Amino acid sequence: MNDTRSPLQTVFIYLGALLILVWSGGPFIWQFSTSFQLDKALTSGSPSLIPDPFTLEHYYNAFVEKELHHYVWNSLVVSLATTFLCLFVGSLAAFALSRLNVRGRFGILMVILSVSMFPQIALVGPLYLVATNLGLLDTYTALIITYLALGLPLVTWVLFGYFETLPREIDEAARMDGVSIPGLLWHIILPMSLPSLVTTGLLAFITAWNEFLFALAFTSNIDRQTIPVGIANFTNLYYVPWGDIAAASAVVTVPLIVLVLFFQRHIIEGLTQGGIKE
Amino acid sequence: MRWLRKSTRSSAEPMSAAATVSGIGWPRLGKALPGAVWASLLLTPAFVSLASVSFYPIVNGLYLSLTNTSLITQENEFSGFSNYVQLWGDAQFWNAWWHTMWFTAASTILETVIGLGMALILCEAFKGRGLVRAAMLVPWAMPTVVTSKMFGWLFDGQNGIINYILLHAGLIDRNINWYGSPDTAMTTIIIADVWKTTPFMALLLLTGLQTVPNSLIEAARMDGAKGWITFWHIRLPLLMPTLLIAGLFRALDAFRVFDLVYVLTGGGPADSTETLSTLSYKVLFSTLQFGYGSAVSTAMFVTEGMIALAFCLYLIRQIRRAQ
Repeated sequence: MNDTRSPLQTVFIYLGALLILVWSGGPFIWQFSTSFQLDKALTSGSPSLIPDPFTLEHYYNAFVEKELHHYVWNSLVVSLATTFLCLFVGSLAAFALSRLNVRGRFGILMVILSVSMFPQIALVGPLYLVATNLGLLDTYTALIITYLALGLPLVTWVLFGYFETLPREIDEAARMDGVSIPGLLWHIILPMSLPSLVTTGLLAFITAWNEFLFALAFTSNIDRQTIPVGIANFTNLYYVPWGDIAAASAVVTVPLIVLVLFFQRHIIEGLTQGGIKE
Repeated sequence: MRWLRKSTRSSAEPMSAAATVSGIGWPRLGKALPGAVWASLLLTPAFVSLASVSFYPIVNGLYLSLTNTSLITQENEFSGFSNYVQLWGDAQFWNAWWHTMWFTAASTILETVIGLGMALILCEAFKGRGLVRAAMLVPWAMPTVVTSKMFGWLFDGQNGIINYILLHAGLIDRNINWYGSPDTAMTTIIIADVWKTTPFMALLLLTGLQTVPNSLIEAARMDGAKGWITFWHIRLPLLMPTLLIAGLFRALDAFRVFDLVYVLTGGGPADSTETLSTLSYKVLFSTLQFGYGSAVSTAMFVTEGMIALAFCLYLIRQIRRAQ
């Protein structure tokens, strides 16, 4: 199509691409730059993108005063546990739906999908009462159990979509060789699905890492609160510490962005295959 | 309508796939257990998880909404529909309801339209396309709470960079107190949501656009069709199913907005950004009226169901008309 493009169109396309780039990256770059600037510079009335003077004060505040590392640790525990549970439970379900003789499989898939559309605010009240009765408030367990159910629909759908692309001849061959059903999943299907497992694992991780509502309701102290709750509570008595917030934002977002950029191709493929195209 | 024929075909495919599976037939393979038992065994963990964390709370919430449960007075007696009667006359509820509808409509439409524009640009070949596509995942991956705080800083009424830029570009003559004033607070939240979600919407629509065969567009061009005509008559109709489904999912997601509002404005100033989620949360966890709070969230669930139903009916009508 390139040869039919007029110079005007080319300019238009590059301009558009630049706009998208600024749109996507600009705000976070400003936030990142903010985290290295002194409060004095931030309120001076003449903002500059290059930190001058450069300071790590806000990172010091975030970790020493606000004890950010506690929140990071809680988030890591909860998110990693959620990821592995989601992959385990999700792959069992996706395998059964894709490879075994399940009646009404598409009905089941639709139900799983519609569950993910339930307003979470409608779940949080009753679940809070259950957690209170079971003594699960302020525990990792309550968060992990909840996040498993939140991540499961997407994980199951994406894995199902991937399993469907694996040729059926494999099942046939495995059957001839007398491989059992769990053997087929464990030794054949899962090893073949490694790229998809990594992507779905990352999606489950992001879901848990970013979740706010349930963490807010179920935890009340720094020993169990996760990063989103921690950052939401980042306020000083007399002013909003924008620099400290920016530093904390950078700490929790940069690793996520690196991961996402590293796996970007798989993420886009996985999501579109599972969510939209079916 | 070509896309409709395409969508009916794709919905037929899984059926044939299902037929093949049952044709192979696992039952004789499992040495100890037949295939059907294995299937239900493997589905059980997922079923238990979703039943206890998603279905049980919905049903329990429905029950709670018919009681006067309060964690302060320790009451929990059946009270019929009194919560719903109170809800019907509750100005705060309707205020939040309208805000939520407005937010959902505005953000979904903006995100779909801008997302489509972005997707059309990404569809063209240009240098650095990979970089642009990668950068577009940044807003999506960022925790919403961080987005909220980030927009709090960008749109700060005193030292925000947005005010600075607009002021120096001569577009405004004095600082706007974006989310601190009832007139502009909702707009700020919509802007933040559009920023966060549009790039991802664009990537979804891009994969839809890429399935439109190039030969069709080439053929139209040979016949002398201009750019926007090929867009209007070939690309857009073929993209319609993707567009509608992506829009539906986006609308349902926008309807539940909580993090952004709760962190940026907390529903204020003067309740001007109160949405159904933040209102429910406050009734549940600030006043601890779990009965009334459940009535609010159940009403929200019903509204969301109606939005989904309206979308589906529209889709079905389109399909019927095409037949």
